[in-house]
Amino acid sequence: MRKKLRIFALLLALVVLGLWFFRGHNTGWTKNKVFNPVHDPVTGIDGSVEEQKFVPGVDFLVIGLGLAGLQFASSFIVRKDA
Amino acid sequence: MKTITLFLALTGLNLAAFADTENFDFKDPKGVNNVVFRTDAPLESINGTATGITGSVTYDAAAPGSLKGKIVVDAASLHVPNAMMQGHLQGAQWLDVSKNPEITFETASVDNIKTMDNVTTADVSGTFTLHGVSKQITVPGVKITFLKDKLKDRFPQLQGDLLVIRASFTINRSDYDINKGKYEDKVSDEIQLNLSIAGQAVH
Repeated sequence: MRKKLRIFALLLALVVLGLWFFRGHNTGWTKNKVFNPVHDPVTGIDGSVEEQKFVPGVDFLVIGLGLAGLQFASSFIVRKDA
Repeated sequence: MKTITLFLALTGLNLAAFADTENFDFKDPKGVNNVVFRTDAPLESINGTATGITGSVTYDAAAPGSLKGKIVVDAASLHVPNAMMQGHLQGAQWLDVSKNPEITFETASVDNIKTMDNVTTADVSGTFTLHGVSKQITVPGVKITFLKDKLKDRFPQLQGDLLVIRASFTINRSDYDINKGKYEDKVSDEIQLNLSIAGQAVH
């Protein structure tokens, strides 16, 4: 049980880190939409176009790693594997 | 016969006078039109953008002073990078967008007109409405670019002209009853606005 909890904690930490890193390693708050810069060559206008996209931020990282840490810590209060 | 000829000539002139006046629709299907706003306070500098722009303008390239129309910005389309700040910006304490859903500018007169090729610069006066408060303002150095027959370059299935308007001007939020005298260390009284919009007139 102890070993399983630790493995799950490690997996959770890896998933959270992976999601955060590969979805833009955003150092701001988590966002559900992003604004992509666009340039209109005909009018010369520089603008931005909204896109619905989940971009995890540092809050996601802190909560996810915190949960993984709690899970890891909880492994110390369960009975040792036989 | 002379009378008829004169009448026809005058009618023709009158029609010619209105023939080149076009109505440009500023609802951009590509969603590129935008207004960027900036506040620069001692403790914080905030940049945001509004993209929900509609409105229409009539314009005659041969008579730039004829520019007339109204531009409407959907206040709910104002966004800043920080979601919590955006909530405050649109909330009751600041813009109160549920009660004041539109920010508008309606032209009244065009002065100090200078035209070179297809580009005109002018001072445009009119009524600016923000947070439910309307004020007469003059926007100096508005750049108006008329792009004849260029609509097809944006939308190949359409024929028509484009009108690009660019303007930079400053307003004071205190003039529009937005937290007058408060929070100026974080949100400056002066708000700089940069408008970049394109309208289309379909033939």
